[in-house]
Formats: sequence, structure tokens, C-alpha cells
Amino acid sequence: MSQSPNAIRTATKAIAPLSIKGLSVAYQKKPVLRNVSFEVNEGELIGVIGPNGAGKSTLMKAALGLIPSIGGEVLVYGKPYKQQRKMIGYVPQRESVDWDFPTNALDVVLMGRYGHLGWFRRPSAKDKALALECLSKVGMADYAERQISQLSGGQQQRVFLARALAQDAKLYFMDEPFAGVDAATEKAIITLLQELKLQGKTVIVVHHDLATVQDYFDSVLLLNVELQAFGPTEQTFTQEQLQRTYGGRLAFLDRSLQSPSRHDGVGE
Amino acid sequence: MMEQIWSMLSDPNMQWIFLGCTLLGLSSGVIGCFSYLRKQSLMGDTLAHAALPGICIAFMLTGIKSIGLFLIGAGIAGVVATFGIGYITRNSKLKQDAAMGIVLSGFFGLGIVLLTLIQHGDYGNQAGLDKFLFGQAASMIASDVITMTVVCVSLITICTLLFKQFKIISFDPGFARGLGYPVAFLEQLLMLLIVVAVVAGIQAVGVVLVAALLITPAVSARYWTDRLGLMVVLSGIFGAVSGAIGTWISASVSNLPTGPVTVLAATLLFCISILFGPQRGLVAKRLLRQRVKQRFHQDNERLLEGNVKKEAAL
Amino acid sequence: MSDFWILLTGALVASCCGVLGVFLVLRKMAMIGDAISHSVMPGIVIAFLLSGSRDSLLMMFAALLFGLLTTFLIQMFQQSGIQSDASIGVVFTALFAIGVVLVSLYARQVHLDQDAILYGEIAYVHWNIWELGGVNMGPKAVWLLGTTLLIITTVIGLFYKQFKLCAFDPALAAAIGVPVALFHYLLMGLVSMATVSSFESVGAILVVGLLIIPASTAYLLTDRLGVMIGLSVAAGVASTFIGYGAAVVLDASIAGCMVCAAALLFVIAFLFSPSHGIVIKKIRLRKLA
Repeated sequence: MSQSPNAIRTATKAIAPLSIKGLSVAYQKKPVLRNVSFEVNEGELIGVIGPNGAGKSTLMKAALGLIPSIGGEVLVYGKPYKQQRKMIGYVPQRESVDWDFPTNALDVVLMGRYGHLGWFRRPSAKDKALALECLSKVGMADYAERQISQLSGGQQQRVFLARALAQDAKLYFMDEPFAGVDAATEKAIITLLQELKLQGKTVIVVHHDLATVQDYFDSVLLLNVELQAFGPTEQTFTQEQLQRTYGGRLAFLDRSLQSPSRHDGVGE
Repeated sequence: MMEQIWSMLSDPNMQWIFLGCTLLGLSSGVIGCFSYLRKQSLMGDTLAHAALPGICIAFMLTGIKSIGLFLIGAGIAGVVATFGIGYITRNSKLKQDAAMGIVLSGFFGLGIVLLTLIQHGDYGNQAGLDKFLFGQAASMIASDVITMTVVCVSLITICTLLFKQFKIISFDPGFARGLGYPVAFLEQLLMLLIVVAVVAGIQAVGVVLVAALLITPAVSARYWTDRLGLMVVLSGIFGAVSGAIGTWISASVSNLPTGPVTVLAATLLFCISILFGPQRGLVAKRLLRQRVKQRFHQDNERLLEGNVKKEAAL
Repeated sequence: MSDFWILLTGALVASCCGVLGVFLVLRKMAMIGDAISHSVMPGIVIAFLLSGSRDSLLMMFAALLFGLLTTFLIQMFQQSGIQSDASIGVVFTALFAIGVVLVSLYARQVHLDQDAILYGEIAYVHWNIWELGGVNMGPKAVWLLGTTLLIITTVIGLFYKQFKLCAFDPALAAAIGVPVALFHYLLMGLVSMATVSSFESVGAILVVGLLIIPASTAYLLTDRLGVMIGLSVAAGVASTFIGYGAAVVLDASIAGCMVCAAALLFVIAFLFSPSHGIVIKKIRLRKLA
């Protein structure tokens, strides 16, 4: 799982998929993000880890221009974010939308194509075929016509992922895709992430479950308002760094770090 | 102008009305705080609109115009309306805002139908019932004012006595339940008090605008303090001042209904609050944001300079 | 003939409101729709005082301006930390109060009374005729509402996917470059237009009722957005017909009866909708048991 990124890393060092310099966000008095700078390599799965309120989601939203920053620069493949929108796929947190909305799963996936359609064009038969294909990639083809409120939490999450696939992007932001999903969905998601990686795409994932970090991600970004550490998982995801990021709250984490990972082999 | 005001104040009937409206503003302001903190500000608006059919039915059944009877009719209608909103949100995918909109316009539509039926039918002494839409304090008679005064004083008394309970159910109903408070009862009681405040206000301020007496002073007060006790007091004062100014001006200019003037007075206080509130006010916030940004960039520059030096040293 | 014009006017109002109401309900902005329908009033009165006539573009423009101002103020207060429903309450009561004060102060100059604003004058719709070169073209209100409906369907039709995405997932919409704020104001502008063109004929309460109630009825009947819009319009038109019939029989306010009919249809859908009705659900539960 960790050999291919090195090869790609040297090949495409020239333009990073995402390069952030000095990004800062403040809501009221307190900064939520202070001076965060990093550059990700193409074709990697990157986990963003940190305690609650560390600014993980904020980092994503600020990088996407959804909330104003008070300073800093975000470059996507060397250009400002606004010129590169079609290269970016976004999976918001599942709770951010109203699942009672009158629409079905296929239709939600089709929304992923809207960015490519311009102002006036309607989704074509080709777009529909593509959306259906994305749904089947997440194992949801049978549910295409199902009203979205009738799907389980995990299924809703998979629909969201299918929508991101339909965006056909090169760089993906996913905000807690593993939150509150069943084991089958977790497995489906990680398989999908691996597949994206094989296609040379870069995926940045806000993640909560420290026990699975080592299995899932090539690199980790430890965040607590400021950037604590960023680099390849085996060097960065260490006791010492975690202690720094999580402060004194780490005692309970020791066990999860030492325990043999329970997701061995997933996604191979 | 001053003479006019003095002559008005020397009229005993006017004195009563003046007192009644001031008390009304005071009690609505106090209760409005709780409904604001419980995120139910528009409930007052819905209840006011819902009260109209209640008032009409009370009049159709008895043929008498009296605030006491209307209170009962409107109170029943208000309870039915709150129940309706709760029932719709619990049993369908419709959200609170849509449920409120449905109940509000549905009840009001019914009220208008009844109002026209009263006007077209032979209900005798119906003149002035349409004053309820926009409010005309001057049209109140002594017994109305006395009823209103009694109602307002009792509202304030209940709020003072149950301040602690209302505070905790507004902040954390779950915890209140844990303490053994009868939360459901208290919530119903608070809702009933809102209904009473709204109905008491209808004759003076009107159905359409009475909600403002609950909302605007409370929001304004929130800008000056972070303490509930002080907020309630301030909100009461803002409400009382608005009520007093509204009655005053509308009585001295012919044809001017009391409701809108009262609301505008409250809005003026709100504008002052939102601009100059000590911490949350727009001016204070703008200054704060500028300071934060400045400090931030200073820090950054220092940091960058440090980095440059480090690099130079290398 | 007057029946025909009244029903046509009502149907046009119901269609304008039915389309827009769907988006208001889905975006949880039902009460903002209510607020706008109240707060365009000062705009109407001011335009009235300036132009001295009831049928001017100025009136449309002024109402539009106040509708957008309402939206902007509500948004601003919300961002400064006031709860959303409180900011709605503060804004619309203030603007409506200004309108009522203006009407009261200049009541003699403008023959625009509060009753007309609240209940409308749909019964007299066929008295106000538009004549073009001496030819009777039919009531002005019908032309005004027809134009408004045309604008609404064109805008919603052209930008259907944007409105849909903004309603479902504004974060994604913003991320792929849809100007979310623009579409928010566009929708509110359309709501203001619908309100002001309906005002004269049906008054403020009917507008609110027809914006929210039929859309909610449709929401309970279908799981597809396109179908929901169609059903919402259908429910609105049906309520105007039923309401008018009831008003004639009872000799009561036409606008009021139309809203009551809309509410009645909602109650029926709430109880007996095949997918969401509570009676149907109960029966299904009993069968399972």
C-alpha cells in the first residue's frame, strides 16, 4: 500500500495538487486556524487528524473558499482555487443536508455533474449513464430510484461518495466520510479510496478514528489550530506527535495505537 | 406639542390607557426574553394570527365585545394552534417554519372569513372589531384597560416568581427534567403566558404587529448584557418605553394606529442597540475584527522575519 | 364573465406562488416568504405616493427593492448573531409598521386602504380594465400576473439545476462555483414580484397562504422535485376554485375562503397521503401487527 506513492511523488513533484500557504481563519476573537502551510503530493491518501475544535472541517471549507479566510493562499495545481473548480470534488458531512429533500439517489449523484454543465445545459443521457456507473461503483446501483430519506446512514454516505466520483475531479476533499457508517460501507469507502489513488488522484480526508489511520492513509496531517505535523504516516503518526496534537487527552489513545490493526488487508 | 401632551395626560381616561400600554410593553418584553431564548420568537406571531378566529368566534357566540371574553376565545385558538404546529412537525417531514406558516395563514384566513361573516351578518354592535388588525389604544374603554392592567401585572408576577424555573427550561430542559421540575407543565405555562401577552396586546397593537412587542425588545436587550436577569429587566424597560411612546404619538396625531408607532419606537431602540451594544454591537464588532486582523498580521510578519533570519543563518 | 376573471386571477396567483413556495418550503424559508409578503408594503405605498397611480412599473420596482432589503437585513442580523426567526420578526414588523403609518398619514391622498392590502379586492378585478387603442384587453391584474408568471417560469426553468442544488446542498453548490448568494436573492426577488403582483387582487394573507400551504401539501404527496412543483400549482389552483365557490355561498371574504380551502387540502393530504399520510401509516402499521 505504500510503494506506489513514492514513485508518483518523484514523478510529479513539479506541481502539487494542493498547496496552502499561511492560511488563517478567525470567527470571532479566537483564530480557528493559524498560519497553516503545507503541500500535498499527487496520488496520495491524506488523513487530517486532530481533536474536536481543531479546525479540521474549517481547513477544508477555507481551502474550498466556502468561508472567508483572514490571510493566506490556496493553490490547486499551481493556480488559485477559483480557476480550478472542475478539478475538485467535495464530500460534505452527511448531516449538512436535509435528507427529506424530494429526490432520489441517482438524482443526487447527477448533481455531481452540474459543475461540468455550465450555466444552462441540462444533464444528458451520457451524464445519467455516468452517474449510474458511479452508483454501482459504491454498490448502490439497485437503489438508484430510491428516495434518499429511505436510505440508511451508510447508504447515504455512499451516495455522497458516488456524487463526488461523478464530479470526475483530480483532488478530493472528504469531510468525515467514515462517521457513523456500518462496516460494509466503511469497507466500500476504503476500497474506493484505494481505487482513486491508483488512478493518480489525491484524496484529503478528515478522519476521527485513530485506530484505522495507519491502515488507510499514506500521509497524515496533524492539526490543532496550528499545523502540528505533516508527512508520511509511519514517520508522522507517532506517540510523540499525537501527544503534542491532542495535549493531555491521549492516555486512552495508547491502546488503540498499540493494538494490532483490525482492518488488515482491507482494500487490497 | 408639549401642551397637547399635557392636556392629554390630564385626561383620566387617557392616563389609564397610557398606563395600560406601558404595562403591556413591560410584560411582553419580559416574556419575550424567554420565547427568544427558547428560539420561538415567531411563535408569538403565529399565536397572534391564530387568535383572530378565536376572537371572532367568541364575539359570534356572545355578541359582546369584551377583552375578557376575547382572551378566552383567543387563548383556546392559541392552544389549538400550538398543538397543530407540534403535531405537524412531529408527524410529517415538514419542518417547524413550514408548519408555522401553514397554521398562521390557515387560521388567519379563517379569521378573515369569520370577520366578513360578522360584518355581513346581523351581529349588531360589531363596529370596531376590525380595529383588532392594527390596534387602536384610544378605542379602549375603561373596563378593557383595567382587564389589561390586571393581566399584565399578573404576567409580570408569575415571571418573577418562576424566574428560576423559566430560566432553566429555556437553557437546558433535559437538565431541568433531571432536577425533577415538571418541564412539560412549565413549557405549557410559558406558552400560555405568551398567548395571554399576545391577546392582551392585540387591542392596543393589532394582530399583525403584536409579535414585535415580544421579539424586538428582547433582541435589543440581548445586545447589552450576557446575564438573563439584566436582560429581562432591560427588555421590560424597552418594551415599556415603546408602549408609552406609541400610545403618546398615536393619540396626538389623528388617524394614526397605535400598533405601528409602538413597533417603530421599539425598532428605533433596536437599531441603537445593534449599533452601539458594548460587545455584540456592530461598531464594537467592527473594531474588534480590525484589531484581531491587525494583531494577526503583526504576528505573522514577526514570524516571517524570524524565518528569514533563520534561513540567512543557515 | 366576472366569475371567469376572478377564477383566472386566482389561478394565476396560485401558479406563481405554487412554483416559488416549493423552494421556500424546501429551503426552510417559509417564514421569510411570510416576512417578504408583509414588508413589501412600504414599497407599494411609497410608489403609490410618488406616482399617484396603482398600476406602474414603479410599484413593482419599489416592492422588489423592499423585498430584497428585507432579505438583506434578515441575513445581516442573522450573521451578527441574532437567531434567524427573531431577525425575521424584527425586520418584517418594522417594515410593515412603516407601511401602515404611511397609509394612515396619507390615507386621504391615496385611496389605498388597509383592508385592500390585507384582503385584496379580487371581487373587483374585472373593473380595472386595460384598454389598448380603445380595445378591451381584459383586466390589468390578469396581464400583470401573467407577465409575472412568465418571468418566474422562465427564470426557474433556465436555472432549475442551480435552484435545486442550492436548496439541497448549498455547500456543494458553492464549491463547484454556483453563486449561491445570487440565487438566494434571485429567489427572494421573484417572491417579492409575486407578492406585489398578487397584492392588489388577493391581499397579503392569501399570498402567504398560497406560497406555503399548497407547496407543503405537495411535499407530502411526492418524492420528486418536478412532480412537487406541479402538484403545488395544482393544489393552489384547486384551492382558488373551491374557495371562490365557498365564498359565493357564504357571502364571505374570497381571499380568506381560498386560504381556508388550501388549508383544508393540506389537512386531507396530511391525513391520507399514500406515502406520508398519518392515517395511511396507521393502517399499514395495523396490518403489520
